[in-house]
Amino acid sequence: MDLLIEGLIAFLIVGAGFFGIVGSFGLAKLPDLMTRLHGPTKATTLGIGGVLIASMLFFLWERGHFSWHELLITLFLFLTAPITANFIAKSFLHRRMSRRTELPPTGSSKGWATFDGPPIGADGEPMAIAPADRPGGRDGERG
Amino acid sequence: MTLLLKKLFPHPLLTATLTVVWLMLVNGVSAGSVIMGLILGTIVPFLTAPFWPDRPTVRNPVRIAAYILIVLWDIVRANIHVAYLVLFVPSAKLRTRFVTVPLELTSAEAITVLAGTITMTPGTVSADVSGDGRALLIHCLDAPDPDAVVAEIKQRYEGRLKEIFE
Repeated sequence: MDLLIEGLIAFLIVGAGFFGIVGSFGLAKLPDLMTRLHGPTKATTLGIGGVLIASMLFFLWERGHFSWHELLITLFLFLTAPITANFIAKSFLHRRMSRRTELPPTGSSKGWATFDGPPIGADGEPMAIAPADRPGGRDGERG
Repeated sequence: MTLLLKKLFPHPLLTATLTVVWLMLVNGVSAGSVIMGLILGTIVPFLTAPFWPDRPTVRNPVRIAAYILIVLWDIVRANIHVAYLVLFVPSAKLRTRFVTVPLELTSAEAITVLAGTITMTPGTVSADVSGDGRALLIHCLDAPDPDAVVAEIKQRYEGRLKEIFE
């Protein structure tokens, strides 16, 4: 049984390492910024996930106590990875203004929020959750 | 009294979540850490209340669990698929493109979760939202058929999120 668990942990770590390398390789190989975003947001998620599951198994089996920190790392990873990707995609849209014409139409009356003001919710209020009366306002954030 | 409670705990769900996260961070349950967690769970929602004017409505805990499992499974699929694309498909052969996904969701929280889900799952990254919040801009790594991508996102994620949030 010990051997089986150890084998499983080893398999998870090696598999995680493989996906980590593939993600980093994708970063180097893919041709432009938007495609490069796909490597780090995905392949590394499974890479880190595998290491975390292996770590939980190890502490549960070898040390006999359950470790919550791995679940927290997963939680924070899932919160931060999409937001980082969004920031990079947004700065890409800002810097390549020529891309404006290359984007598909929104299919509604307003354009994409990066070029055409903040999103407006169904109630007619801006959907951004920042308080409206903050000094500088939303326009202050525009680079 | 209820008004005072509402002012002190503008987001009970956030309070509970922060307390649990603190206990996980401490890696164990004791009286001291529960009290510390509750203090943090009270102060943080109180100070950040202006950023959360409405309380998001969340229903169906079972549906949320099902959604999380589906997304986790899709992340595993996404990893294998992207790994295949990176290793075996020449960059010139990738059919990368931007795709518009029209939205039926209206709450900001639901759209945020959908955008995050799209970024974490097969070959897609969400890039922008339309000015009126009715469409998402998605970048696909390899999409021979953009309509199929839109249909899958709407059927697999948006429908489920609609049941959870609205």
